[in-house]
Amino acid sequence: MTTERAPTPFLSVRDLHAWYGESHALHGVSLDVAQGQTVTLLGRNGVGKTTTLRAIMGIIRKRKGFIEFDGRDLMQTPLHRTAHAGIGFVPEERGIFATLTVDENLILPPVVAPGGMSVAEIFELFPNLKERRNSSGTKLSGGEQQMLAIARMLRTGVKLLLLDEPTEGLAPVIVERIGEVLATLKARGMTILLVEQNFRFASRIADRFYLMEHGRITVDFPAAELEDRMAALHDVIGV
Amino acid sequence: MTMIFGIPIQALLGQLLVGLINGSFYAMLSLGLAIIFGLLRVINFAHGAQYMLGAFVGYLLLAHFGIGYWPALILVPLIVGLASMIVERLALSRLYDVDPLYGLLFTFGLALVIEGAFRYFYGVSGQVYTPPSQLSGGTNLGFMFLPNYRGWVVVASLIVCLGTWLLIEKTRLGAYLRAATENPILVQAFGVNVPLLLTLTYGIGSALAGLAGIMAAPVYQVSPLMGSNLIIVVFAVVVVGGMGSILGAIVTGYMLGLAEGLTKVFYPEASNIVIFVIMAIVLLVRPAGLFGRDA
Repeated sequence: MTTERAPTPFLSVRDLHAWYGESHALHGVSLDVAQGQTVTLLGRNGVGKTTTLRAIMGIIRKRKGFIEFDGRDLMQTPLHRTAHAGIGFVPEERGIFATLTVDENLILPPVVAPGGMSVAEIFELFPNLKERRNSSGTKLSGGEQQMLAIARMLRTGVKLLLLDEPTEGLAPVIVERIGEVLATLKARGMTILLVEQNFRFASRIADRFYLMEHGRITVDFPAAELEDRMAALHDVIGV
Repeated sequence: MTMIFGIPIQALLGQLLVGLINGSFYAMLSLGLAIIFGLLRVINFAHGAQYMLGAFVGYLLLAHFGIGYWPALILVPLIVGLASMIVERLALSRLYDVDPLYGLLFTFGLALVIEGAFRYFYGVSGQVYTPPSQLSGGTNLGFMFLPNYRGWVVVASLIVCLGTWLLIEKTRLGAYLRAATENPILVQAFGVNVPLLLTLTYGIGSALAGLAGIMAAPVYQVSPLMGSNLIIVVFAVVVVGGMGSILGAIVTGYMLGLAEGLTKVFYPEASNIVIFVIMAIVLLVRPAGLFGRDA
């Protein structure tokens, strides 16, 4: 770790190891996210960014180390209780359910804490979802599915969003729209841990960057240093 | 006498009614199997035993406690459902992480144990369960004579199937169930207690079998083997309908019951195998089943 720590960690991860079967995927990841901050994980494909999110969420059970969120020890929390600690997960593959309508997808995740948005507020933020509320979830375009995947977490009152590559494979105009949505969420006080390959997108909302290589965090720096580090990052990430 | 294709219309309608009644049981049983398979990915070989258990619990409630048919319609599914949930918690839930074959073997073994136990105590001859007085006798429909109880079975099974379908398609619990069928890990990550949902689903599926059992008690005899006689046909129904498809199980259940009835009229020799012939054809033409989604 090179620079100063975030003020008061809301999410705190220390020396996190995780395994897929026999394959050791995370080799001691440590990171902090302060309340209201947006933190972005950068790195090549396969270095363990998605694995980090899945291990924090508890989807990967073969893990070791220390994860604390909002004063709760998540290592001891079973998967179906993690969301109740106040964490929402938006997976890379979006996870929209084909046998559920848009409406049903939207209200599927149980409300875990007060302070979530109402369905009306969510539709204000995502007007095109409202028009398609009775369609099957997977009849939506890729961009709409991504918005639905984010939208359904906003009802639940979660305080931290784990977002895995929300802009992957989407047209620039949709990426722009998702950027606006995340900025709105951030303005409302949402804490976000973002995995993203798209620097330009991430730089608009991120307060802090962590760079991952081979299942470890190698560098972390505040958003202000991004421009200076761009060349070095391009070498490491190769995008 | 009116004839259709050289068959007296009374005989035709009579067999269609028998087909519809058999179909009612096929539909209720395959519905339970489909729900269980959809979410748990377990081929519940104990389903026939749970159906038999339903009939026997109804019979024992009447014989030992004087509890009649109507309260039994509520009590039997509860008892069979609860017992099955305990079995799921204690044993079946430990097999989800291993090869699905283990779940199949376990439920198959369980069926043998339950059926064996009842055979030990009650032998293979059937016990008689008389229909409730309100439903005894019959009604002359003009073109045929309809025993009231059988008419009730058809109506009640339609209500049960429709109710279960609505539960799955229109309620929040149903949405959890459908979502967990697609992606259980993600639903659990949203904060839904999926292990509990699995237990509940096994309970509901088994309760449906128990309900079919108590409804079948006055139609067929209450015998330890009544389930194993039926379950093979019901598996064929599930395969034709499409593994795990709820609507497919219901529609195919009635359809194949009617097909069986019609075969009894036109070519009785084939009536025992017609369902399996249909299954073979469907598997050749549409391997995912009539209502199945292609993988």
